[in-house]
Amino acid sequence: MGKITGFLEYEREVEQYDAVDNRLKNYKEFTIPMDEKALKNQGARCMDCGIPFCHSGCPLGNLIPDFNDNVYKGKWKEAAKILHSTNNFPEFTGRLCPAPCEEACVLGINEDPVTIENIEKNIAETAFKEGWITANPPQTRTGKSVAVIGSGPSGLAAAQQLNRAGHLVTVFERDAKVGGLLRYGIPDFKMEKHVIDRRIAVLEEEGIIFKTNTHIGVDVDASALKEEFDAIVLCGGATVRRGMPVKGADLKGVHQAMDFLKQNNKRVDGITEFDEVLTAKDKNVIVIGGGDTGSDCIGTSNRHGAKSVVNFEILAKPTTGRPAEQPWPYWPMRLRTSSSHKEGVERFFSISTKEFLGDKNGHLTGLVTTEVEWVFKPGQRPELKEIPNTEKTWDCELALLALGFTGAEKTIAEQLGIDMDFRTNIQASTKDYATNVPGVFAAGDMRRGQSLIVWAISEGRQAAHHVDTYLMGYSDLPLKDDNDLPRV
Amino acid sequence: MLKKQGMYLPEFEHDNCGAGFICSLKGIKSNDIIHKALEILEKLEHRGAVSADGRTGDGAGILIDIPHDFFVTNCKFKLPEAGNYAVSNVFLPKKINQQVYSIGILEKHIKEQGLKVIGWRDVPLDESVLGEIAAKTQPAVKQIFVGKEDDAQDEFQFNLKIFIARKKAEHEIYSSKLSESSYFYLPSLSTKILIYKGLLVPEDIKLFYKDLNDPLFVTRLALVHQRFSTNTFPTWDLAQPFRYMCHNGEINTLRGNVARMFSRQELMESKWFGSEIKNILPIVLPGKSDSASMDMVVELLIMTGRSLPEVMMMLVPEAWEKNPDMSEAKKAFYEFNSCLMEPWDGPASIPFTDGTYIGAVLDRNGLRPSRYTVTKDGYVIMSSETGVIEIEPKNIEHHGRLEPGKMFLVNMNEGRIVNDEEIKENIASKHPYKKWLDDNLVHLRNIPYNDCPVFFNEENLTKRQVIFGYTEEDINTIILPMAKSAYEPIGSMGTDTPIAVLSEKPQLIYNYFKQLFAQVTNPPLDGIREELITDISLTLGGDTNIFDVNEKHARKLKIKNPVISKQDLDKIKSFTKNGFKATSISILYDVKRGHNGLEEALENVLDAVSKAIDEGTNIVILSDRDVNKDKAPIPALLACSFVNSALRTLGKRSKVSLIVESAEPREVHHFALLFGYGASAINPYMVNEIIEDKINEFDATIDAEKAVENYNKAVGKGILKVMNKIGISTLNSYRGSQLFECIGINTNVVNKYFPNTATRIQGIGLHEIEKEINKRYSNAFKEREIAADLDLEVGGQYRWRRNGEAHMFNPLTIAKLQESVRDNKPSSYKEYSDLVNNQAKQLMTIRGLFEFTNYDPISIDEVEPWTNIVKRFKTGAMSYGSISKEAHENLAIAMNRIGGKSNSGEGGEDEERFYKDANGDWKNSAIKQVASGRFGVTSNYLTNASEIQIKMAQGAKPGEGGQLPGPKVDPSIAKTRNSTPYVGLISPPPHHDIYSIEDLSQLIYDLKSANRDARINVKLVSEVGVGTVAAGVAKAKADVVLISGHDGGTGASPLTSLKHAGLPWELGLAEAQQTLVMNNLRNRIVVECDGQLKTGRDVAIACLLGAEEFGFATAPLVASGCIMMRVCHLNTCPVGIATQNPDLRKKFKGQPEHVVNFMYFVAQELREIMAQLGFRTVNEMVGQVQKLNRNKTINHYKALGIDLSPILYQIPVKKGTVLHNTEQQDHQLEKALDFKIINQAHPAIFRKEKIVLDSKINNMDRAFGAILSNEISKIYGAQGLPENTLKVNFTGSAGQSFGAFSTNGLTLVVSGNTNDYLGKGLSGAKLIVKVPEEATIVPEDNVIIGNVALYGATSGEIYINGKAGERFCVRNSGAKAVVEGIGDHGCEYMTGGIAVILGEVGRNFGAGMSGGVAYIYDCKTTFKKQCNLEGLNLDPVTEPADISILKGLIENHYNYTLSPQAQRILEKWETELPKFIKVLPEEYRQALIRLEKENLITL
Repeated sequence: MGKITGFLEYEREVEQYDAVDNRLKNYKEFTIPMDEKALKNQGARCMDCGIPFCHSGCPLGNLIPDFNDNVYKGKWKEAAKILHSTNNFPEFTGRLCPAPCEEACVLGINEDPVTIENIEKNIAETAFKEGWITANPPQTRTGKSVAVIGSGPSGLAAAQQLNRAGHLVTVFERDAKVGGLLRYGIPDFKMEKHVIDRRIAVLEEEGIIFKTNTHIGVDVDASALKEEFDAIVLCGGATVRRGMPVKGADLKGVHQAMDFLKQNNKRVDGITEFDEVLTAKDKNVIVIGGGDTGSDCIGTSNRHGAKSVVNFEILAKPTTGRPAEQPWPYWPMRLRTSSSHKEGVERFFSISTKEFLGDKNGHLTGLVTTEVEWVFKPGQRPELKEIPNTEKTWDCELALLALGFTGAEKTIAEQLGIDMDFRTNIQASTKDYATNVPGVFAAGDMRRGQSLIVWAISEGRQAAHHVDTYLMGYSDLPLKDDNDLPRV
Repeated sequence: MLKKQGMYLPEFEHDNCGAGFICSLKGIKSNDIIHKALEILEKLEHRGAVSADGRTGDGAGILIDIPHDFFVTNCKFKLPEAGNYAVSNVFLPKKINQQVYSIGILEKHIKEQGLKVIGWRDVPLDESVLGEIAAKTQPAVKQIFVGKEDDAQDEFQFNLKIFIARKKAEHEIYSSKLSESSYFYLPSLSTKILIYKGLLVPEDIKLFYKDLNDPLFVTRLALVHQRFSTNTFPTWDLAQPFRYMCHNGEINTLRGNVARMFSRQELMESKWFGSEIKNILPIVLPGKSDSASMDMVVELLIMTGRSLPEVMMMLVPEAWEKNPDMSEAKKAFYEFNSCLMEPWDGPASIPFTDGTYIGAVLDRNGLRPSRYTVTKDGYVIMSSETGVIEIEPKNIEHHGRLEPGKMFLVNMNEGRIVNDEEIKENIASKHPYKKWLDDNLVHLRNIPYNDCPVFFNEENLTKRQVIFGYTEEDINTIILPMAKSAYEPIGSMGTDTPIAVLSEKPQLIYNYFKQLFAQVTNPPLDGIREELITDISLTLGGDTNIFDVNEKHARKLKIKNPVISKQDLDKIKSFTKNGFKATSISILYDVKRGHNGLEEALENVLDAVSKAIDEGTNIVILSDRDVNKDKAPIPALLACSFVNSALRTLGKRSKVSLIVESAEPREVHHFALLFGYGASAINPYMVNEIIEDKINEFDATIDAEKAVENYNKAVGKGILKVMNKIGISTLNSYRGSQLFECIGINTNVVNKYFPNTATRIQGIGLHEIEKEINKRYSNAFKEREIAADLDLEVGGQYRWRRNGEAHMFNPLTIAKLQESVRDNKPSSYKEYSDLVNNQAKQLMTIRGLFEFTNYDPISIDEVEPWTNIVKRFKTGAMSYGSISKEAHENLAIAMNRIGGKSNSGEGGEDEERFYKDANGDWKNSAIKQVASGRFGVTSNYLTNASEIQIKMAQGAKPGEGGQLPGPKVDPSIAKTRNSTPYVGLISPPPHHDIYSIEDLSQLIYDLKSANRDARINVKLVSEVGVGTVAAGVAKAKADVVLISGHDGGTGASPLTSLKHAGLPWELGLAEAQQTLVMNNLRNRIVVECDGQLKTGRDVAIACLLGAEEFGFATAPLVASGCIMMRVCHLNTCPVGIATQNPDLRKKFKGQPEHVVNFMYFVAQELREIMAQLGFRTVNEMVGQVQKLNRNKTINHYKALGIDLSPILYQIPVKKGTVLHNTEQQDHQLEKALDFKIINQAHPAIFRKEKIVLDSKINNMDRAFGAILSNEISKIYGAQGLPENTLKVNFTGSAGQSFGAFSTNGLTLVVSGNTNDYLGKGLSGAKLIVKVPEEATIVPEDNVIIGNVALYGATSGEIYINGKAGERFCVRNSGAKAVVEGIGDHGCEYMTGGIAVILGEVGRNFGAGMSGGVAYIYDCKTTFKKQCNLEGLNLDPVTEPADISILKGLIENHYNYTLSPQAQRILEKWETELPKFIKVLPEEYRQALIRLEKENLITL
């Protein structure tokens, strides 16, 4: 499998990006596709491990060595088949996943890991291009119906799996279009939206019903669904945003990153009417929060034509290599530099915002920060300490808060009488994804809290199996084993 | 005999022996012959063994002519003329009443046959000489004299009647309920010969049987034998000789032979026996030894009118199948007889006699030594060793040896030796065998394929693959690679998946069976390099009456490779000529009816087969074609084995051959099982279809037909390997031999469907078997097909895969272990060990089923410190070569730091590592391994060991050798292995100096001589019977016995071996412990255990089951950075462990601390368990099985049936018996001749002064030179002494291993002859063996040294003024040798050095020879056809450098030995030189060229 000596012959090679100047001009994806030969060589680097740790690193349990081998051999169709057997939407993960598989890649112990994610994306794209991705509706229908609330990656995955098992699935989406965070959180330069549309078309053709602009809990009482459907799967995401309760946070110009990104995504989609236009053009932009959402704000701001873009992260600057306490094959917290970062930003770490400053009109003009340090004591949570005399004032007309999410919204839970856990996620265990209310299940961020797309898909698939079991008494839907690598 | 208890099964006892005979060609009778013969035994005493009581031998005896005059004088009744009566010793019950009863029955049957009981004589005995054990089982001994019906009765008729009478008496008494019925036994009952035998050591025979000392007690011939059984429960009746033969060796095929003998009884008819024939059955009494069983068959065949030599030819045919030089008539004789009798195969030297002929045959491999001497005064002496009777050199007429497959025969009436050719041609010309074959035998390849395809209307391929449990892995890892390359795929590292009965995945029934393999008691074989001895063809069709000798026997269908294609099967189905009738019987069952349906269907299959046989079918095809939604397949193995055994019970087995047409078999193991349980041909049609479907995707260059052929070929080769593992050469004798152990199926199922298979811990029944089929079935016929799911499961047997089969080492356990040892983090180790130990959740191992019990907690502070405990820890034997220098040294440093032991593996070790580093670290491996390749095994290497391990088998591939391909042998590896860079190195499957237990005893003696301070450790692999072997090893005086689990690692092994050979150590260890305790041998020997030991809990369980030392290999490697890539065989290890690639080696990041931390963690975990259980020391804990219990919370449906009580069985012992090692073995080295020489050689040894000494030597002086060289190595290291510093001139016959490991500076000369293993491991000395001056023999016609000379020699010179036996220069890697003729397999596996052969060369010369040069004096131009030409260049000697080397060596030879042959050649050098052929392996030539280039570059 793979080429036995491939890893000794070929260097890691990933897709190159279009030049920054060019790509900032629009919102298109800017990767330059690799030719087949180069991709095959990358597949050849896969070492046919006795223990493919990538398998465990991937929350989906993707059969990575198997599809790498097929790519190496030019058997794309076979590769696509293998890939789709564990992953409903490789075109999403192939673009957006931070690739824990690559962190767990055996080659990564002492070399650059195999470019698993890029291979994944190319398999998916080839499959679409060649027309291999076609609707495959179930042969028989069970007569059971399932409501899936939320059309993000976990909802879509659950829906497709349950539909494959023969159930009639209806997906409810409160926004105008299907996709959830995929559509409204992810900027087009990371994933153009037709990628979602073409997949949704397949799902529709397979028989899944999508009801958009239907906000369960608001437009429709969730308990009404209980009457109508044999089972409900809650995949509404972890949408409650973390705020920043400091002085001046209500100033005009201080915005939640999600609002900023969502509006921009709609704009790219052709919508022009907004109550309040959020733009970074000619502004000093400070993005608070060093995660992926923050990074997306940076890329978007630069495309808007911001005057300057600065990024704050309250945590200490991580190392570029693996921290000693997070050895291979675990997922390491390390400094990650995204394509957006490379488009122009100044990043600051160990910095905390003390106060937003505004003018008399209530418009943001700047903010005040202080440097912080983290004090670690054994057995205790690390403590944040401000460093005296490090206060600094920044000019800023647009501050974007990318601070993460604190949990799921409570509406549906309340309407259905579902317990939530202490982190305000829907309470359901990975044993069966069932809530305390019979017939109601939860998956994705709504259950586990904010996480990765790949986890969302995984949860949707796993939950589907248990929903199927609930409905039928047994299930033919696949289930992954519990060999996920733990976090350290 | 001891009864079955715990893990011990008595049927796995083994024996090996010393044997010999002496006879007077002139027919002179004397009492002296008896004493001479007994002297043979006494001189062979080192080949026997003594029990724990110090007195009881394993049995010895003597067979002689009937001393008529003695009886006339000593009997109180009148005897008829000599030859007109039969006499025998009779072993009788001790109790008088039972004695009387038995005598009555015997007399009744004698009289019933119309014969007369002339009288009884009490045999005078001296019972005081018996050992304690022998005395307990001693029978009463009387002699019976039986007279003819009348004087006119001819001898054959008289013998027939005696035979019938004896057999009937035996049956009646054995089936009676007499408490002492088993005492009854007649060693013989013959008109010609008489046997005295018993549970005696040789020197006691004549003391016990006083008759033997009477001057009137005379004979012309005497056949003697002594037994070395692996344990101490031999019995009186199993002492040898038997009635017609005795036997040194082992019949591996016994079980199949006996089973088929039983089937043959169905057809037996004889005009001579008439209706009595039923009464003598069974021919082979159950529960007897291999030799005893064979003797009973010999006896029967003689009653068919065949002569004794003919019978021996039938049973032990020479390797005729691939011999182009054999006469057609003889070949036809053998081929004809192969249709009615399969070879009784195994290492065997079988002396036999019927009083008229006395002789011996040797097995086709020539694996037992048999030397003979003819004297000028008319005696022939044959024995396992030469020199057993002192003969004046001038009295010697001829020294010879028995050759592989050849017969040595003396006709006592004619007073002459009949040569092999004469006797065999004579026998072969008795009938027109060739014509019979031509007229009757059909070859499958000759049946035309006239478009006779059979079509099936079947479910689609994918669905059927799911039904039969195919995985992606099966197809991509096993089937397609085999179809492409025609070889079985190779893998590496140990298996760590659960055994079948503990697996969550539905398992094919094959996976519940493990292949048995040879270790110690007989050698595995090398079917690749010794292919000409092997054969996998089979004949199909019904058998006929063995009493008849006619052409009907040849009405068979012959198949060259019984793994056949669909087309072949179609041909068979439609072939109806010559009386062939094939009938297909469906083996499907009604899946809805579940377990009952399966059980009933099996009965129906049997009925259908039985009915078909009644209707004249002689080929039954068991077919699982046409499965569908309602009909599921019966496992083909289950059906095949059931039909095979049930037909035997029905008395119909011999009328039919079974063909299996099944979708099931895909791995070599599956095929091996089907053949092993009775199939004669197999068509794996599903594999054929898969190949047709997929091969072009896999490799576009192969067409499907060729690919199927490749696959079948690969399976054929694989089966050969499986057979070879247990030492069997032909499929004909492997078929039906059931050489498997079952693990995890209960006795009910095994007894009914797989009778006579060992299954020791019970397990699933038919219900669960059906459940597993059903699971696969419901996967195939799912109610809902889920889109996007893969059709087949991934597998994950060979490589871990998510959702695949579970592995103990998986991402989580490896991550945790590495984290813990790198950061010295006990919490992570705890997580790791919990994951590994938490077996209740995930059933993985047998030890997982245990829990600790009988707690008696003490404070952990009272438990001995971890620093003590780790001294018992060892790392596994991994050679430098299989792993990198860095990884190898890392382990050594770590283990030396904590006082544990690392193991060199079989690759030698660089001398630099013997000295400590400046920082105090020491890279020396405490354990030096001696494996079959003997790489780098020199005196100095052995001297620097604190333990020497003899690797008999390796868990990952027991019964197999290994191979280090040339490219991996870089200059530094070549240096440590004493070989040539870039020349591939082969480790043969067997140690060529261990074909039996007595040989092991010899090697232990050799190694102990080479380093008296080192413990000798014998590594065995767990399998049924390993306890018996361990007992034998203890008696052979090993200091340590290691029981390895089947799951140990390897650098490369065929996948079949990784998975299907060997058993978990829990079974082997428990069996070894129990058997050693039972034998009162446990205190003599240290017991060690290894095989995927990973945690302190594992160690605790091993300890409680009987181990006191513990080995770890995979885990410390993982601690050093190994991530189980399983590419060790590919040299691409990405973490620098199992690779020699310099770039990859740089990636090695392991530290000694990591390994130390691991050992520390394990020891600490063990201490915690010890504290809980109340043990302060490991010694207290060893063998305390009462602290273990079955974990009752485990209730998985498959695990429920497992019965662990045999493992937890405690042998009842006297109070205070220790269960661990307390005593040292007595090696008796103080008697060694070396010490006498050393005493006289101080000036040479200590001051390097040249001296010359003279000494006598005899065959009991073994391994001379090893102790002496050890002393020299201690002082001077590998360098030794300057050339010729100490010269010793010996006269006489040197014992085995003369000159073993002899080092530089020694010149050892023997005037006389020597035995086997001359110059073993030669390390620089010069050895000279020459014909004594006063002898008149022609040296080049006489055999003066034994077999296997220069095995593993690394340097030195040897000159032999005469011929050598088999396997001369085997694995020589540096010594120079001159000899005047050699036997078969010369220069096998040679990798360096020079062999000059000035005479005849046997067959298969140079097989596996990858290096060195041989010069053959081919004056009869026969060499080319004797040579295994693969990879060898044969050229004239023309280069001046060659000429000068060759001439120089011949000149030396002449100077040292005065060889007339050398003299003749040198005198006519110009005319003789062109007759020399230079044999140069191509690989070696290439390496030399490469080295030359590299040298040029460096210059």
